[in-house]
Amino acid sequence: MKLGKVMGTVVSTISHPIYDGRALLMCDLLDEKGEDAGGYLICVDAVEAGPGDTVLILDEGNGARQVVGDPSGPVRAVVVGIVDQLTVDGETIEVG
Amino acid sequence: MMQLAEVTGTVVATIKYEGLEGVRFLIVQPLDRDGEPDGRQVVAADAVEMAGPGELVYMVASREAALAMPVPFVPVDHAIVGIVDQVARQ
Repeated sequence: MKLGKVMGTVVSTISHPIYDGRALLMCDLLDEKGEDAGGYLICVDAVEAGPGDTVLILDEGNGARQVVGDPSGPVRAVVVGIVDQLTVDGETIEVG
Repeated sequence: MMQLAEVTGTVVATIKYEGLEGVRFLIVQPLDRDGEPDGRQVVAADAVEMAGPGELVYMVASREAALAMPVPFVPVDHAIVGIVDQVARQ
């Protein structure tokens, strides 16, 4: 799983049916200290996250398909949590 | 990997592996978060069957790409799964 920050949304009218009615979030990837790690993922939202939120991203197909409830959906990245706090090397960072 | 890409071209292949008949292949340039080219261009299957050169799309890579196709588990590693209307970025 990865940490990310929701930086925006992606709107698509013509898409695979699995994406119908689901929000797509553009998430920049973060390192373990909550800082920008470079790179991004487009994720399906499963927890009603929004821009500015630090989130937990599942980037693995089997789990993602389980979350969207379709065993044959072409989905790989899903936002599955909104992060409030990180503690790394004894240092606590509030990110909420 | 699910990311943005711009369609730059098309691929015509007459002889294809079983299950790939009728599948459209497009050349796409993966884009970074700022919409700038990110890495080399790749060939992606068009799962929405409506994408074309010049369009901004989002695609799914790896094994999940094959699941986007009408016949699942075909040998495809990038699939276009949506045409992007708008990216709203903070």
